[in-house]
Amino acid sequence: MDPDDTDPFRLIPARIHEAQGQGRHVFAIFQAARHGGPVFWIRPVRSRWTPYPGGLPKGLPGRLHLVRTRSETDLLWSAEETLRAAPAGFVLAEPERPLSLTAGRRLQLAAESGGTTGLMLIREGAGSNATESRWHCAPVPAPQRGMATQRWTLVKNKRGLLGDWLLDWCPHDARPRLLDAAELPGVALNQL
Amino acid sequence: MARRLLCIWFPRLASQASLRQSPAQGPFALTLRRGNSDHLHCLDPLAEAQGLSRGMALADARAICPDLTTRPADLMAEMQALSGLRRWAMRYSPLVARDGSAGLAADITGVAHLFGGEEALCQDLQDRLLRARLDGISAIADTRGAAHAMARHGGGILPPGQVSARLTALPVAALRIDHGTAEALDRAGLCRIGDLIAQPRAPLARRFGQGLLMRLDQFLGHQPEPLDPETETPSFGTRITLPEPIGLQSDVAAALQRLLERLCARLAAHHRGARRLRLELRRVDRATATAEIGLARPMRDPARIAPLFAPALSQIDAGFGIDALRLTAPLTEAQAPAQIALTAQERHQDALADLLSRLGNRLGFDAILRPLPADSLVPERSFLLAPAAFSQPGKWPAPSLRPLLLGGPEPLQAQSRSGTPPGSFGWSGRVLTTLRAVGPERIAPEWWLDDPGWRSGIRDYWQVETRQGPRLWLFHTPQAPAWHIAGEYA
Repeated sequence: MDPDDTDPFRLIPARIHEAQGQGRHVFAIFQAARHGGPVFWIRPVRSRWTPYPGGLPKGLPGRLHLVRTRSETDLLWSAEETLRAAPAGFVLAEPERPLSLTAGRRLQLAAESGGTTGLMLIREGAGSNATESRWHCAPVPAPQRGMATQRWTLVKNKRGLLGDWLLDWCPHDARPRLLDAAELPGVALNQL
Repeated sequence: MARRLLCIWFPRLASQASLRQSPAQGPFALTLRRGNSDHLHCLDPLAEAQGLSRGMALADARAICPDLTTRPADLMAEMQALSGLRRWAMRYSPLVARDGSAGLAADITGVAHLFGGEEALCQDLQDRLLRARLDGISAIADTRGAAHAMARHGGGILPPGQVSARLTALPVAALRIDHGTAEALDRAGLCRIGDLIAQPRAPLARRFGQGLLMRLDQFLGHQPEPLDPETETPSFGTRITLPEPIGLQSDVAAALQRLLERLCARLAAHHRGARRLRLELRRVDRATATAEIGLARPMRDPARIAPLFAPALSQIDAGFGIDALRLTAPLTEAQAPAQIALTAQERHQDALADLLSRLGNRLGFDAILRPLPADSLVPERSFLLAPAAFSQPGKWPAPSLRPLLLGGPEPLQAQSRSGTPPGSFGWSGRVLTTLRAVGPERIAPEWWLDDPGWRSGIRDYWQVETRQGPRLWLFHTPQAPAWHIAGEYA
């Protein structure tokens, strides 16, 4: 169903997607850099990590808005409100608790009415069935110095096939470089 | 036309303003700390009748009058009371200025006939002050100096052109000269203003300074003395009083709509936009409920502001009904008039500001942050997080090889030879082994800032790739050997 077969990482617009795994933040920043307009990153106030503007892709720090919430309800409300607003370009949210089907569905409806794409950064297995797609992201040791290798696996897709990709992407790069499994000894791609 | 100046002196302004706030029984005085002791600052008539006077030490006053009630003087409140009276006095003249710390001066040239003459004006003024329970002495004369002197020496109205003929008996201290000069004049035998007028000017100037002659000339009207009325800052507030109490949310919303239209029209007339709006709802039982909202940027469009009040209005307890509403804009900013035909870019900006307002009114405006570049090589201080509603995006330098995420440094349970990263270390419940490390990059603390996080001295930063995948940013502090995780590349 994906109209652009050459770009496997394109998220279907005006829908909610999910990313899990150790490398989900890289995936989030990769996707945020590809979407235009203001980016909203909604996270709990007690979260230990903050995005470091010095390392983000070019143009992203100026568009980034960090929203800090005190409770899970506030976080979901902010995400819904932001998705529903037309000017938001891309919405990232980090819920702490598993997303219920109701919450997922509400976010999905908000994204549709606002025409905004959203990405939920979830813990493993804490996603909602209402999601459009779910990505498992993990960093992989690079074969040589200067590469930043990632393995992004599409584990759920409502409108298409699943997939498993190895790629090399630094925040400076405009587009990722897909790698072959042969280039990385010790890593086997799932044949999906 | 001859100028006519009105001066009002409030001999007991500070104490009466304080007593209006909270009444007290018996003799009352305000005290002001000067040097090491308290002195009486302002007294009420009862205390004056006991023989106390302004400037007396509080200890002496207590000895004379043991049941004296005192409060510390609040000079700020006194100034506010005077500025309130200044606004009130605008009913008599458009030009009203403060005259000292407890007086007002107004230019009533060509105004008095509106009140039925100067006597009627003074009578009206005294009646109103009496009703407000404020002591005030008013005087009208040709010059500001003369009116000032008369107000402090009994008040009254001086017919035009009579200053030099009728006011010669006033003491020289009435000339607004400093205390030392007045005493020196007294010692020289020049006690009255009439004595001064009779003296040759040159010796007076040589002995007492040019200031004395300037005050004398201003008093007599030989030298002009303009008033300096303060510019009136517009107040942005509207109110509505209802004949019957209302309790329905839709009724309150309709009343708010009317208030907003009026307030926004006034904001537009002054080219200003509101940043905060406060709605006060007075209930029948005299209790007041308030709803306050913030706006992400100056705004004066009722249609866009009204929805922001909706969540706050639904929380309000109307009790037995609401019979008065008051809408104020405590915080406003300049907003130039804009064309109605908005471009897509402006519509986008408006919609974004609306979104920030909605988020800010629930989460607080300090919870929506925007990174701004800062001039520092220390990673934690190379950017600032500023409230998005009160800042503009900054210009960022080109990205460098820095981690994507930065954390408060986490100590690492690891041993290593000094200088190079440890071979393996534990992190977030996993044991990671180092595959390759790039570094070190040494960053020295900014010695001119005392940052507790940087007390351990210089840091050597390493980019460490692990066999398990995570790429981390570690640092070593050679001056206090320890390893920490500073950030995460992936």
